[in-house]
Amino acid sequence: MTKKTIDHISKKEFMEKLESYRKGSITRRHFLNVTGLGAAAAVMGASVPGLRPQPAFAGDIGDRVVLATWPNYHDPANFDAFTEATGAHVQVNVFGSNEEMLAKLQAGATGWDVYVPTNYTFEDYVKEDLIEPLDTSLLPNFDASAFDARYAEAGSVNGTLYGVPKNWGSTGMAVNTKHNGGNAISSWREFFDITMDQFSGRTIVHDYQLTTIGSALNAFGYSFNSVDEKELADAEKLLIDVKPHLFAITSDYQPGMRNGDAWLTICWSGDGKQLNTDMPEIAYALGKEGGEIWSDYWAIPKSSERKAAAYALINFMLDPSVNAKEVLAHGYPTADSRTYDQLPDDLKSDPIIFPAQELLSPLEFGAAVTLTDPNRAELMARFKSA
Amino acid sequence: MTQRTHNWLLLAPAGTWFLVMLIIPLIVVFIFSFGERAPSGGVVLAFSFEQYANLPARWAAFKNTMTLAPIGTLSALLIAYPLAYFLAVKANPRWKTILLVLVIVPFWTSILIRSYAWIFLLGGRGIPALLEWVGIEGLRLINTPFAVLVGIIYGYLPLMVFPIFVSLDKLDKRLLEASSDLGAKPWKTFLQVTLPLSIPGIATGCMLVFILLMGEYLIPALLGGGKVFFVGNALVDLFLQSRNWAYGSAVAVTLVVVMLITVTIYMRLISRLGASREDVSIM
Repeated sequence: MTKKTIDHISKKEFMEKLESYRKGSITRRHFLNVTGLGAAAAVMGASVPGLRPQPAFAGDIGDRVVLATWPNYHDPANFDAFTEATGAHVQVNVFGSNEEMLAKLQAGATGWDVYVPTNYTFEDYVKEDLIEPLDTSLLPNFDASAFDARYAEAGSVNGTLYGVPKNWGSTGMAVNTKHNGGNAISSWREFFDITMDQFSGRTIVHDYQLTTIGSALNAFGYSFNSVDEKELADAEKLLIDVKPHLFAITSDYQPGMRNGDAWLTICWSGDGKQLNTDMPEIAYALGKEGGEIWSDYWAIPKSSERKAAAYALINFMLDPSVNAKEVLAHGYPTADSRTYDQLPDDLKSDPIIFPAQELLSPLEFGAAVTLTDPNRAELMARFKSA
Repeated sequence: MTQRTHNWLLLAPAGTWFLVMLIIPLIVVFIFSFGERAPSGGVVLAFSFEQYANLPARWAAFKNTMTLAPIGTLSALLIAYPLAYFLAVKANPRWKTILLVLVIVPFWTSILIRSYAWIFLLGGRGIPALLEWVGIEGLRLINTPFAVLVGIIYGYLPLMVFPIFVSLDKLDKRLLEASSDLGAKPWKTFLQVTLPLSIPGIATGCMLVFILLMGEYLIPALLGGGKVFFVGNALVDLFLQSRNWAYGSAVAVTLVVVMLITVTIYMRLISRLGASREDVSIM
């Protein structure tokens, strides 16, 4: 066995260990939010010489590409395959929220080459001149006609393409049905009512103004994106009334749900799928009043110094066979019909990953103003400190 | 080389470090605090007192910090003192080093990982489950101010133990013998000799723990379930979530001022205590 192979295996093992560590109960959005430990671990992996892969052939895209992304959002085997094909190591930085990514890019150079912003951030990135227009000739695997327009349109601003769709998903609620007579909960009104009644002390809301305020607005039948003063005042009153009955305000809700301390939580669909797979008594449902639907995109920050590597990585991930492996790993649906065709049938018919169209229609995409509205930010602070 | 240039050269590394890493950032934060939030986040420079006028909106964060920081410091002191006393005075010298190392061992793991361990211990399957066996039911520990206090005491205990240990370890044992020869009961010796002589250690320990606690955000976020809100948590949200750097800077400046005032009062009290102690010893 040559030394090269040993290096390769140990790197792979390292990534697998890192991944299983990530999938354990201690690493979720919030954990990463407060620490950046995921990023630190990945940086460590890249900087230990023995863990660095040898290029399989001499490419001209450099020896690495830096990706800023969300937790549990990739199949690490795909990164290994990319490295094998191009010689460029994928260095992964994991973040907890779009706000945090935006804040880092606003503050100056980040060293990122590729990132995965959500639909409602593009206007701001373009306005602040932080995002690179995409040259589709460098993305031969991108076929605009293969994508459902609903999940692709936010990637273009004023007719210029800045992002190509990665995955989409919904924000609903997950309940441990064992405590609710075997029934799921599928309305935001019921979510808050039951929290103030028999679920007192057992409910989690996100430490994220967009979804937590949005869900409270939905409970009144208002828009998820409302910035109307009166409607926000109603939502605030509801949130403050419900606060003493909450188990936690955190986006790190999987551990609480898994160990049984929490029975109900606001939940992203991929987490819902992961929880439901491991504990079938946890049911994921969308609120019938509405809620959020979102779409993430592959994009390149203007400050990237390795643009050739950035295009190469995005193009690689857009390959339907690679993309299908991604979906299998994280459980978020894809808007790419070519990828969809490659998925196993049980995944295509999974109601959490691909909900019925009539359940999706009341959902709204988050708006740019929802992200940046200072009143919503202050409301969240009052709620948290109440 | 003159003595003067010699001194400057010796001071240069530390001085540069302080200037670049402390003074300049503080000035930047101070300037930002009079600015305004840019429409999509960040800061626009201005000369406005609006951010300071908004401070009452973070009153609850200051109140929580100013309550739990002193309580945490005092609790850590009450637990650390007997431990330090035992290590310095009572422990078998052969075991002393090992026992001291045991106090440091937790520092070898990140406070973050240790706080996650506490999440499990205080969660429904941890201590409450054990208590259910002995008939105490429905006890909720995790995500309460109590859980935050436990995390604080646990995390900061070594910082309190060491200064007290050092001051007790240096203590001249002949003073204790003299006190007992002169007929003082052990508790009187403790109150009139040991305790006053360990005040420098207590003062240092309390100050270390208190100052760090004022800026704490990790433990409330993890063990308080986001429901126990410290100034540190308010700052993280202001910079990373609402991206209101101007307001965040005003809160940060206020925290620094509050801390300076508290620490000054504290130092005054300590030096007065030191002065009165000398009076006693003269008597």
